[in-house]
Parts: sequence; C-alpha cells; structure tokens
Amino acid sequence: MSGRRPSLRSAIGAMLAKELRLELRAPQLLPAMALFSVATMIVFHFSLQRDAVAGSLAAGVLTVTLLFSAMLGIARLFVADHEEGGFDGFLLAPVDRSALLIAKAMALFLFLVIMEVVAVAAYALLLLEPAAGARLLGQTALTLLLADVGIAVIGTLVGALAVQTRARDLMVPVIALPLLVPVVIATAKLLAPTFAQGGAEALPGQWLAVLGLYDLVFGLLAYGLFDFLVED
Amino acid sequence: MPETAVELEGLTRRYGGREALADVTLSLERGRTLVVFGPNGAGKTTLLRVLATLLRPHAGSARVLGHDLAREGWAVRGRIGFLGHQPLMYRDLSARENLRFHARLHGVSFERVDALLERVGLAARADDPLHSYSRGMVQRAAVARAVLHDPELLLLDEPTANLDPHAAELVEPLIGRSSGRTRVVTSHDPVGGLADADVALGLRAGRVRLLADAAAVTREQIGELYR
Repeated sequence: MSGRRPSLRSAIGAMLAKELRLELRAPQLLPAMALFSVATMIVFHFSLQRDAVAGSLAAGVLTVTLLFSAMLGIARLFVADHEEGGFDGFLLAPVDRSALLIAKAMALFLFLVIMEVVAVAAYALLLLEPAAGARLLGQTALTLLLADVGIAVIGTLVGALAVQTRARDLMVPVIALPLLVPVVIATAKLLAPTFAQGGAEALPGQWLAVLGLYDLVFGLLAYGLFDFLVED
Repeated sequence: MPETAVELEGLTRRYGGREALADVTLSLERGRTLVVFGPNGAGKTTLLRVLATLLRPHAGSARVLGHDLAREGWAVRGRIGFLGHQPLMYRDLSARENLRFHARLHGVSFERVDALLERVGLAARADDPLHSYSRGMVQRAAVARAVLHDPELLLLDEPTANLDPHAAELVEPLIGRSSGRTRVVTSHDPVGGLADADVALGLRAGRVRLLADAAAVTREQIGELYR
C-alpha cells in the first residue's frame, strides 16, 4: 500500500508545518533570538552613551545586532532533526531533498522577521531619533526582508553543514559570517540613508540590486549544493 | 525462481580508515527473514543503514528490491520500513503529530495513522507529547512509523528490545514474521532470533563469519561470534 510520492509542495508544507509546530510547542529559537537582540540593543545604548544614533552608525548597530541574533537561530536550526533522528526520517521518505532546504529556509526567514519586529521596536525605543515615519518604516522593512532571504538561505546551508560536526556552535559563525559579508555591506548601505539625520533619504538602487542578486545567486547555489550536504 | 529482495556482493563500508562492513556477500528472497547476529560494533546497524539508503557503500554492490542503491537509492525509499535505535520522531510532538508528519512525507492518509495508533495500543495517549511516553511506548510509536507506508522490506534493529511481552505481541502482526514482509532483523537472542528467521548471518568486525539457513544454525555457533 506504499503511498503515492508526495509533490515538492506537499513535502515543503509538511516540513514547514512541523517546524512551526515544534517552535510553538517548545519555543527555542525565537525567544533566544529576540532576547539576544534586545539585550544587544541595551548594551549598545549604554556603551555608546547616546540616546540616539543616526546615519551609518545607526545602520551598523542594527545590522550587526540582527546578524548576530540570526547566528543563534542558524546554530539551532537543525539540532532537533539531528538529535532526534528527524534527518533520517526525512531521508527515508520518497521526497525531493530540496523540500528540506526550502522549508527550513522559509522557517528561518519567518523566525528572522518575527525577531526583527521585536528588535526594531527595541531599537526605536533605545537608540533611534524620534523621527520615525512611514518612509523610514517602509525602507527598513524592505531592506530587512531582502537581507533575511540571503541570511535564511545561507543560514540553512551552513546550519545543515555545521550540525553534522561536533563543534557546530563554533562552525556556524566561522562559516556563515564571511559568506554574509555582502549582505552586511548592502544592508548597512541601504539603512544608512534610511536613518539619516533629519529624516529618511531615498534608498540607493544599486545596493538594492546587490542584495537582490545575492539572494538569487546564493539561492540557486544552495539549491544545487544541498543534496550533497544531506546525503551521506 | 523466487525474486530476490536483497542482494549484496562484496559490500564494504568504512568510517574513516576502519572497515565497519567488509566484503559482505549475501542474497535474501522476497518474503523471507534474515536475522543478523554479532557483538557490539560488528557492523549490524551499519548494514541496516546501508540497506536503508542512509549510508553509501564504499565498495561492492547492493541491490534492494531490484534497484542498485548506489545509483537508484531514490527508487527504494518509500518501499523500506526502518526501525533503528532512534524512533526518528520529535520528542515535543505527540505520536499523532509525528505520524501525520511522516504520513505527509510518504503520501499516506491520516486514517492510516489513526488505525495504526489503535493497533499499537497508543490511541488513548496519541495526543500526548512523546517525551511523556515510556521507552516501550516510544518504541510502539516508532513501529507505527516504520510500517506507516506499508513497506515491502523491513529493516529492524533489535525491534523488541524495549517492549514488554504484551507490547511485543501487539506489534508482531506489523513487524513480525506473520506480517509477510521481507525482513532484515538484528538480534542478540539466539533462541528467539533463529526461531523467527529463515536465514542467519553472523558478523564480527564487519566480516561475515556465518551465513546459513536459520534452521541449521546452533546456539553454540551464535555464541562463538561473541567470544
């Protein structure tokens, strides 16, 4: 009575639903990422000894905080699968391996977005000039969403690689941070005019293109490489 | 001539420089049971993981259900039921949620999940998280997962190790000889193992030390493997 082979879409749906259910049932990634980001904002608030930052400093503070918070999520992304045998359970199923990449990247993307809602609110409260308007919010959201796609793709790839090693907590930042340097540069370049003193300026189009291109190239690369990472 | 379910020819698998399986050659006809004996580290689990397509052979060939595992592993996934030392289920999800997740990955209906939960005696606790189960209950849930998609070939690593006699009876029709499936079963119990099998394989340090009809093998021969 072997069932029919599920479609890629159905496999992604099953994986994603499982990821969200696990995080709801036993929250791990989201609280850790959100708390770390808020704690880092507080540290910046006191260490910079300022009530408000603007321009490239503001962009740098936010980018670095979000990136390091993302590292926590990446390091834990595959831990339950690895420790409880979910990896093997998935590999035994007659489904396309890329379902795992896509579902994990989608879950990480969602966790990043939720973490950023908390982090940006804390950032606005602790470090941002009281000039936040619709333009600032829209540009920040667009920039972070584009950055999140790149972080989610690279994070899933690196998480799958690192979880198979004993030093996974060390491996994640060591591998992911260099790969994410273009995302850091583009995000900071896009956020600097957004947080300009006196009000948000227009986003530089070339850096939007860089971020979009990065997402596309590394998305395709991850799709091509992922099978080799999860197979023996 | 009976169809062959498993055919291994010089199968070798290494971990680093150590050979976990070395030059294993055997064949198993469909519908028959192979019991694998051997001390810890003999290569029993590695053999099951290679047959399940979770590990690649490093040398030799392995054909399962008519497909070469090195080139066509994808063709046998979904036709194999694997029950290892880990339940392959998430501790924070309930048995029903875990089985429904696997059902979606195998294209199996949720009705089958409910029916299996009933058969393994977990219907009343089906919505409790797995971490609240005893080891025996987890093993029963794992049995349900392994047969969820009604596999042709069962790969069972000491399947009744955590089960009491009643639970072992409950799962017998699903994974036992009466299931009618082709089975490869590891065991440390010469009496029960030989009685339950058609063919016996003895491994030691990854090498075949014994391969014969189970009926012709004595307890002493099995005991020799462990000395």
